[in-house]
Amino acid sequence: MHEWALAEGVVKTADKFAEDQGIDEITEVRIMIGELQAVEHDIIEFALDQLRTTRMKGAKFVIEAVPARFKCRKCSHEWKLEKEKLDETTGEAIHFVPEMAHVFLKCPKCGSPDFEVTEGRGVWLASIKGRKKE
Amino acid sequence: MNDPRLAIIPGRFDDVKRIVAVSSGKGGVGKSMLAVALALSLRDAGNSVGLLDLDFTSPSTHVILGVEGLYPEEEKGITPPITHGLSYMSIVHYSIDEPVPLRGADASSAIVELLAITRWRELDYLIIDMPPGIGDATLDMIRLIPRIEFLVVTTPSRLAYESVRKLLVLLNELGIPTLGVVENMAMEHTDFIKKETTKVNSHYLGVVDYDASVEAAIGKPEDLKKTSFYGQVSKLGKKL
Repeated sequence: MHEWALAEGVVKTADKFAEDQGIDEITEVRIMIGELQAVEHDIIEFALDQLRTTRMKGAKFVIEAVPARFKCRKCSHEWKLEKEKLDETTGEAIHFVPEMAHVFLKCPKCGSPDFEVTEGRGVWLASIKGRKKE
Repeated sequence: MNDPRLAIIPGRFDDVKRIVAVSSGKGGVGKSMLAVALALSLRDAGNSVGLLDLDFTSPSTHVILGVEGLYPEEEKGITPPITHGLSYMSIVHYSIDEPVPLRGADASSAIVELLAITRWRELDYLIIDMPPGIGDATLDMIRLIPRIEFLVVTTPSRLAYESVRKLLVLLNELGIPTLGVVENMAMEHTDFIKKETTKVNSHYLGVVDYDASVEAAIGKPEDLKKTSFYGQVSKLGKKL
């Protein structure tokens, strides 16, 4: 997912969550970013800052990277993503649609494309901290 | 906590007036050909039109359009490339036409991703070429796309219609708007499909005859436009 689209999704989800919970001021949003998608942290930080809503005016965005891990459904082999081995086309395709990993990556042991991304696939909100008015 | 991608999908269609999912319970009924012909004919009638190929495991609209090497532009998301006057989005922009072996949950996640990142221009119509059946893609589109309308394709075969009937029943039960049923690839005219669609309270839009000249027009949209198939689909498009 592109960084701006991702930031837009994070801001809207956090704002809606705060609204539903009656939180008037968001102080911190913790975002986990799976390494598979090769999201540029600088760009997402900039985009989050540009898109922040009134409710999150003073909020701190904490971004944590989660390494990508795979498990083969055929032979049960487990392995880690080696980003430096991806060529530009593969990296770009996976950056925009991470499921393209199944097109370009194979189990290093048995060659199957039928594997599970066990960690580090997407982007998710881990926690939101905030205050309610008295 | 919610998937952040889901929060932005509805807004991605704010500038799209009509969203038409060309769908069927059965494969091989000519959905992709019909979706492309419909998109091109609506464009020829002066509309701004987008075409989205959601058949991730067997995409084929790029073959019908005869295009390759297209790549979306990046601008706070991605903007579909334009080909033959259509804003065109397909997984082949990223899969480079390699096999895409996706299990259901992964296919669903890829659909969510593509819908979340794609920024459609202002469109009169977005035509979606759906994968067959009532699996992930159909359920995802019903779940995620506001204002979606289904155009359901069948052949005259009882075998095809039996699966199509299940799709129609599902859409009715869920209260999803159905534009009607198109009977495609007809070699003779009977009232079987018309009668059957009426039984499930669906609208019979019309028949498109089998046209052997369509095969030779694959990859050549200008030739496709000269076929009687295209003429019949254009007429159906005017009924939307």
